Amino acid sequence: MEKRVTFLHLQLPWLLLAPQIGIVLVFFFWPAGQALYQSLLLEDAFGASREFVGLDNFKALWNDPTYLGSFKTTAFFSTLVAVIGLSLSLLLAVCANRILRGANFYKTLLITPYAVAPVVAAVLWMFLFNSSFGVLTHVLRIVGVDWNYALNGTHAMSLIVTAAVWKQISYNFLFFLAGLQSIPRSLIEAASIDGASPLRRFWTMTFPLLTPTTFFLLVINIVYAFFDTFAIVDATTHGGPGKDTAILVYRVYYDGFKAQDLGGSAAQSVILMAIVVVLTFVQFRYVEKKVNYA
Amino acid sequence: MSMKNKPIRSGMVERQPMLDLLAHAILIVGLVVVALPIWITFVGSTHTLDAIIASPMPIWPGGEFLANYSQVLGEGGTSGTRAPVGRMLGVSLTIALLIATGKIILALISAFALVYFRFRFKQVVFWLIFITLMLPVEVRISPTYKIVSDLGMLNSYAGLTLPLLASATATFLFRQFFMTVPDELVEAARIDGAGPMRFFWDVLLPLSKTNIAALFVIMFIYGWNQYLWPLLVSTEEKYYPIVIGIKQMIAAESQIEWQLVMATAMLALIPPVLVVVLMQRWFVKGLVDAEK
Repeated sequence: MEKRVTFLHLQLPWLLLAPQIGIVLVFFFWPAGQALYQSLLLEDAFGASREFVGLDNFKALWNDPTYLGSFKTTAFFSTLVAVIGLSLSLLLAVCANRILRGANFYKTLLITPYAVAPVVAAVLWMFLFNSSFGVLTHVLRIVGVDWNYALNGTHAMSLIVTAAVWKQISYNFLFFLAGLQSIPRSLIEAASIDGASPLRRFWTMTFPLLTPTTFFLLVINIVYAFFDTFAIVDATTHGGPGKDTAILVYRVYYDGFKAQDLGGSAAQSVILMAIVVVLTFVQFRYVEKKVNYA
Repeated sequence: MSMKNKPIRSGMVERQPMLDLLAHAILIVGLVVVALPIWITFVGSTHTLDAIIASPMPIWPGGEFLANYSQVLGEGGTSGTRAPVGRMLGVSLTIALLIATGKIILALISAFALVYFRFRFKQVVFWLIFITLMLPVEVRISPTYKIVSDLGMLNSYAGLTLPLLASATATFLFRQFFMTVPDELVEAARIDGAGPMRFFWDVLLPLSKTNIAALFVIMFIYGWNQYLWPLLVSTEEKYYPIVIGIKQMIAAESQIEWQLVMATAMLALIPPVLVVVLMQRWFVKGLVDAEK
């Protein structure tokens, strides 16, 4: 895309683009290339020896049950974050879209978690769910749940899902609300005249019309759960207990910086890049449809 | 059930007071869930450690507000890290401002070059920038860390911000916006004898004000909340942003000083929350536009 009328200049456009291109090459493409290259090497932690091993690092990952387990954990975690987050936000958006009074008040408060850093969100929920004195832990004990996220994998997963969903509700809510507000009122009125009940109108009209928004948010939430939740895991569970909450991004960090397995970490980076490429592709493939409502 | 429909504002669709009531009730529950962690964090920041760890902890504020906040701001905690939170707030603010302004400036001039000039390899440049969308810092962390360390940029604002400055989203947003600016403006500028940079400053920038404000809110929050990257690059306390300070405080081997952690958490969340609430209109616009 370019203008019909443009300026004639040979050096200026390159001068203007130079800073961004420089950063992209040095801090994006060069490291990405390094990751590709390193994923084919076996290196000791001090860089003293390196050896070309082909796809051995990938084979090692494939044969590592804990890595496959980490894949499953990530898939489980993302599904929970996306499904719970989207359902709650849709419910809230439908309610906010229905009422006449106070909608802005609700909206302002509901968007605040977006501004809270993931690690802070994690610390907030960790405090509520603290195994000895947490307010919610106390409530859970009363109803007979012996809550301890440091020892129980299910509890740990619940904690990180809660913190991740809490933070993402704002984003989903705003997009659902925008989607709902763009549905022509005449459609709803027509259905109402035909005698469709409110619940029936929602499932047969509103929800299908929201599909583009929902699909777009689904992709965004999966990307969020995959990559932006590192801080939540790092602050609360450190991937534990055992490896019960070791999502892929946490593994890359842990293997690269704590366990000093450079080749393995690089191979994991390459796999993650492939996942992002697929997700970005899916997102842009449907971008046209999305714009109608978002 | 609660799943309800579009707002019913005209006489054409029946009003159902019971359903309206239900909608309010659900929203109030939603607000309580959203506000509960922030409230309890605030409560925690106003008590002594002893009061907090007595199970169950109090749910109403205590009298230690001034003591806790002045201690973290001036002296910092005593477990994990002793870095004063006042300084960490300064680091966070610097990082957030550098990232937000840096990203916006780079995106503005790149979009200007892509839209208003004809040059070879434009498609290549376009794709170079586009592909960065697929390379979030989380997937290139070890090699990027190595490059920053080789360049001697660990523990510096350059190291903390430069690798995050490229922004495909912002570049494309401005590009799309520039495409909607009428060509007549360029022609008029040319007739007046204005060069491209003059046109950029006097015409394009003023027109872009709204977009800049909207992106600024989003990027400021992005910068303020950066975690993984400073975790690697800032090894000296002097360069700890507040989110890293919190992480260090809860990683303490000894008893975590929850009252101080909670005061720090409140201080970490107040600035970005204020930005979002006060600039709500720009925030919503930025969020929706950035995803188009």
